[in-house]
Amino acid sequence: MAEQQEKIFQDKVDHEIRIEPKDWMPDQYRKTLIRQMSQHAHSEIVGMLPEGNWITRAPSLRRKATLIAKVQDEAGHGLYLYSAAETLGISRAEMIDQLHSGKTKYSSIFNYPTLTWADIGAIGWLVDGAAIMNQVPLCRASYGPYARAMIRICKEESFHQRQGFEILLTLSKGSEEQKRMCQDAIDRWWWPAVMMFGPNDESSPHTKQSVAWKIKRFTNDELRQKFIDVCAEQVHILGMKIPDPDLKWNEQTKHYDFGAINWDEFWNVVNGNGPCNKERLAARIKAHEEGAWVREAAIAYAEKKKRKEKVIA
Amino acid sequence: MPVNISTYQPFNLSLHLADNALILGHRNSEWTGHGPILEQDIAISNIALDLVGQARNFYQYAAKLMNESSVDGKENITEDTLAYHRDAWDFKNCLLVEQTNGDWAKTILRQFFFSLYQFYLYEQLQNSKDSTIAAISEKALKEVTYHVKWSSEWVIRLGDGTNESHERILKALDDLWKFTEELFIPADYELEAANKHVGIDPSLLKSKWFQKVIEIFEEATIPIDNLSGLHSIGFYGKEGKHSEHLGYILAEMQFVQRAYPNCEW
Repeated sequence: MAEQQEKIFQDKVDHEIRIEPKDWMPDQYRKTLIRQMSQHAHSEIVGMLPEGNWITRAPSLRRKATLIAKVQDEAGHGLYLYSAAETLGISRAEMIDQLHSGKTKYSSIFNYPTLTWADIGAIGWLVDGAAIMNQVPLCRASYGPYARAMIRICKEESFHQRQGFEILLTLSKGSEEQKRMCQDAIDRWWWPAVMMFGPNDESSPHTKQSVAWKIKRFTNDELRQKFIDVCAEQVHILGMKIPDPDLKWNEQTKHYDFGAINWDEFWNVVNGNGPCNKERLAARIKAHEEGAWVREAAIAYAEKKKRKEKVIA
Repeated sequence: MPVNISTYQPFNLSLHLADNALILGHRNSEWTGHGPILEQDIAISNIALDLVGQARNFYQYAAKLMNESSVDGKENITEDTLAYHRDAWDFKNCLLVEQTNGDWAKTILRQFFFSLYQFYLYEQLQNSKDSTIAAISEKALKEVTYHVKWSSEWVIRLGDGTNESHERILKALDDLWKFTEELFIPADYELEAANKHVGIDPSLLKSKWFQKVIEIFEEATIPIDNLSGLHSIGFYGKEGKHSEHLGYILAEMQFVQRAYPNCEW
C-alpha cells in the first residue's frame, strides 16, 4: 500500500504535477518542506531587522518611503510562507517557537550588521540577488502552495534587487565618501552573499533527495556559480571591485573562477557566533513577548464579541 | 512679483501639514520589524508609508512655492531640503505626533487621536481655494479614512479586551490627553489661511472630534467622566516650541544628510 502511494507520488512529481495539501506525501518530504519553508519564512522576518535599522536614518524621503515599503514586503513574504507551511500541518505559533528556541534556523546572512546607508544598497543587490537565484527555481517546486507563494515573492524580490542596485549606482556616481561607502559595503557583503547558497554540493546532505523530489532544481554550487557570473559583470557598471583576487573569466568553462570560500566563518555564523546572531534573535523574542498582551487582548475581545452576537441572534 | 514666502499662507500651512505627517510617519516606522503580530506590523508600516507619502506631497508643494518666490529664481529647494535641513524650531508639527511610541496602546491611541483630527481637517481642506492643497487633501482623506477605522477598532479591542489591555489604554490616555487641545488651537498661519479660504480654523473641528472620541471610548468601555475638556501643556509645537523628543527624532532622521552634505542619495 505504502509502496504504491509512494510510486503514485513520485510519478506525479516526475510528471510535474503539483502536490497539494490533501495529497498523500512521504513523511520525509513533509518534514523537508516544513524545515525549508519555515526557515524561509523566518529569514524574511529576521531579514526585516538589518534593513529596518536604516528606516529612521534613510537619507531622503524617497529612500525612506521605498525602504519602509520594502521591509513591509518582507513581512508580507513571511506571512505567505507561514501560511503555505501551515498547509503541511504545523501552526505559525509552533514555527515561531522553533525560531525562538533555536530549533529552526534562518538565513545566516542576516547575522551581519548594516553599518552604513550603502549596506541597504548592497543587501538589495547582493542578498536579494542571491535570494532570487535560489527562489526562481522554487516557483516550480513540486509542492503547490510553496510554488505559488514563491511566484508572488519573486516578483517583488526582483523589484527590490533593482532598487538596491540603484542605491549603489547613485553612490558610485557621488562624492569620494559615497564611493568609499559603496565599496566598503560590497567588501563586507560579498562573501556572506556567496555563502548564502549553502555548503558545497559534496557537503550538502539534503540536496540529492530534494532534487529528486523537485523541491530543488539546481544544486548549491550551480546556483552559486550563476550568481557569481552575473555579479562579476554587474560590478563593472558600478565601477567597483569584487573583493576576490582570484575572480577571473575562464574561457574554457565559460564561467568565472573564484577564490576559496571561508567555510569556517560560514559554520561559525550558522552555529550562532556571527556578529549579530544574539541581537537578531533577541529582537524577535522581545517583539513577540512584548506583543503577548496585545494578542491576548485581541483574542479576548473577539470572543466577547462572538458571545454578544450570539445573544443578539 | 515674488511673494513673501514667510507670510504666504499656503506655504506655511503646507509645511505644517507635511511636518505633522512626516513626524508621525517616522514614529510609526520605528515599529517596522518589531510589531506585536505580523499582520499588525504590516498595518502600522503601511500607515507610516501613507503618512510619509502625504508629507512628501506637501513638502514638494512648499518647495515649489519657495523656489517660485526666490528673487533671482535660482533657489533649488526640494522636499529633502525641508525635511532634512531645518532644525526643531522651524518644524511646525503638533506635540502629539512627536511623542514616543511607548507600548502598542500608546501608539494606537496617538494614531486614533491624530487620524480622527486629520480626517475632519482633510474633509474641509479638500475644498481649499488652493487647488494643490485641495487635491492632496482629497487623496489623503481616502487613506486617513482607513487609519481612523483601523485605530478606532484597536482602541475598542484594547479597551474592551483584557484587564491588562484596559489598564494600558488608560495609561496611554493619561500620557496623551494633554496633547489633544493643541490640535484645535489655531496658529497664526492657520487663521490667516482660514481667512483666505486656503485653510480652516481648526477650532471648528473640536466638537465633532470630541464627540467621536466619546463614542469610541464608550464602546471601548473607557471611562469618560474625567474628560471634561481637552488639555494642553501651554506651549505648542505648531509654533515651533517642541518637547525634547523632536531634537532626537531629527538627529536620527537627518544624520546622513548632515554628515555628508551636498550629496545625491
